[in-house]
Amino acid sequence: MTISRRRLLQASLAGAATGLRGETTRSVVAVGQDARLRTGSSAPDSARLLALLDRCVQRVYERDTPLEAWKQVARRGEVVGLKVNCLAGRGASTSVKLVEAVCERLQQAGIPAADIVIWDRLNSDLESAGFHPSARTGRLRVMGNDELGYDNDLAVFGSAGSLLARTLTRVCDCVINLPVLKDHGIVGATMALKNFFGAIHNPNKYHVNVGDPYVADVYMLPPIRQKVRLHICDAIAPQYEGGPSFMPQWNWPFNGLLVSRDPVALDRTGWQILERKRAEKGMPPLVSVKREPVYILTAADADHRIGTCDPARIARVEV
Amino acid sequence: MERRAFLALPCLALAAESDAQFVGEAKFYEKLPYKKIRCKLCPRECVIDDRERGYCGVRENRGGKYYTLVHSRIAAAHVDPIEKKPLFHFLPGALAFSVATAGCNVNCKMCQNWDISQSRPEQVRATYFPPSMLADAARQSGCPAVAFTYSEPVVFFEYVLDAAGAARAAGLKTAVISGGYIQQEPLKLMCERVDAIKIDLKGYSEKFYKEVVNGQLKPVLDALATIRRLGRWTEIVYLAIPTLNDSDAEFTGLARWVKTELGVDVPVHFTRFHPEYLLKNLPPTPVKTLERAKAIADAEGLQFVYIGNVPGHPAESTLCPGCKKIVVERIGFTINALHIEKGKCTFCRRPIPGVWGV
Repeated sequence: MTISRRRLLQASLAGAATGLRGETTRSVVAVGQDARLRTGSSAPDSARLLALLDRCVQRVYERDTPLEAWKQVARRGEVVGLKVNCLAGRGASTSVKLVEAVCERLQQAGIPAADIVIWDRLNSDLESAGFHPSARTGRLRVMGNDELGYDNDLAVFGSAGSLLARTLTRVCDCVINLPVLKDHGIVGATMALKNFFGAIHNPNKYHVNVGDPYVADVYMLPPIRQKVRLHICDAIAPQYEGGPSFMPQWNWPFNGLLVSRDPVALDRTGWQILERKRAEKGMPPLVSVKREPVYILTAADADHRIGTCDPARIARVEV
Repeated sequence: MERRAFLALPCLALAAESDAQFVGEAKFYEKLPYKKIRCKLCPRECVIDDRERGYCGVRENRGGKYYTLVHSRIAAAHVDPIEKKPLFHFLPGALAFSVATAGCNVNCKMCQNWDISQSRPEQVRATYFPPSMLADAARQSGCPAVAFTYSEPVVFFEYVLDAAGAARAAGLKTAVISGGYIQQEPLKLMCERVDAIKIDLKGYSEKFYKEVVNGQLKPVLDALATIRRLGRWTEIVYLAIPTLNDSDAEFTGLARWVKTELGVDVPVHFTRFHPEYLLKNLPPTPVKTLERAKAIADAEGLQFVYIGNVPGHPAESTLCPGCKKIVVERIGFTINALHIEKGKCTFCRRPIPGVWGV
């Protein structure tokens, strides 16, 4: 499968009409890196990670201080969901330290710990990635969708018909998306858009045809589209091949974060990063192995308008 | 429960329930490098990473070994008339103890059981029902048959094999109600263990299978031919959906294929669609459409063509192809009269194909 010029043009024009704010009409993707974030393959240094996160979020919201920026994300009184990605267990899941940094800033911005919910599909997935489902009240809550289950009524858009996790629909007022930058053996790449397969009851049905248009259709389900405020993609140790399982031989120390309010722009940027790394390692581009993540283009087309995938309308900002 | 009240609760920890009793190594898969596996049960041949599941959602790769998660994990159990399946030439008037697990290897937009078929096992309430218990429950319920139905028995294949063996040992007949989307080797094994397989032939074009079923037509046709060749009793159900699979060309193509590849004595049921799941925008099938389908199939020479989901329609009954008299008179799921003895029409002694007694 290859992207035709017409397809790219259609997606770009649709993206231009989404009305996303930022630098003129461009979607900002802050790409932050810190070469000294980790020593070898150790866990990231908390202080450096927090500083990196601050730089990215400030850049996306164009605020002078981290606190001012974080206050744009959520307001006191809202329950904030942090949608992590833990299916692959330790090594290829959202970093616990990154989530701790987000929680720290949210609390400083006025969100009580009890109003922060870290969630993903299963408690067992969360535990395998180092998040421990919480039993005490008044603290950060960690829970899999298996605790509250799914809504009874189907949510439908395009080819997607799914039951949504009650954690998303009934508990969270808003969501910060915390995916991981990595290769995916079926849909090519997994980042911001695809992370919401963890919010539905039947993700196994949507991996056919390299996830197209399913990934984009699922993101269009109203509670997802309406509640997600910010995407913070963990690119501390991304994986350019062999995903979504953890394959240490194919990850590398990017030591970075990708932050944006536009999931399509973020995914497009992440996709480019993965392709560059694959080329550097002598691996074929995803199109050559029939895994080009065209769902990212679909997410920008006129039927979806989730964001922009036109590189000319993406402001990739190194911070 | 009010949202903040929930947040103040201790962890519910529903996930702590063990699923060990439902888990067993799957049959028909191939190990690949890097702990991946390729499922060889259905034509989809999902390649599955460690900790991931296939399209069906009920089979999981755990460390490079493939497991079924639904052995004895029964999500639905009912006592049904066998005519509800529908099987019209298999133990008429009998009750079938009918069971299903979660999961399906296709995703039909018209599915009537999507709440279990399109769910993962842990998302639906289930009961531990091992094979011996199933056979006992069937006998205690006065059922001479066990049916694996509702969702898709192909995805709980290992349980079907084990439970059918237990049922047969207990003197019960077994029937599988399936979409027939299965590879040949597992199908042959299934044919050894069960007495009847009813196939939902969901359309007669690859386009329909791709767009509405999320599967392929050819493997289903191949499965039907194999079932017939191996001598297992089979009947075909064709759910006619307005505008999607109800053309003369499709009805004619289906009838000719059945006549050529299976034989004119294989029963074909044209049944009425009701709006469900992702096809709520379409109306129920007009009865005239079903009558048109039957007329086409009759004209092609098929001997047992029925109309279903239209209670009281004359085409619910079985006519002897020889004397044309009613040999099984049905209204809905009820048998009003049965004129078959030792597999023959009591009026003209012509054999009527089927399984007529336990």
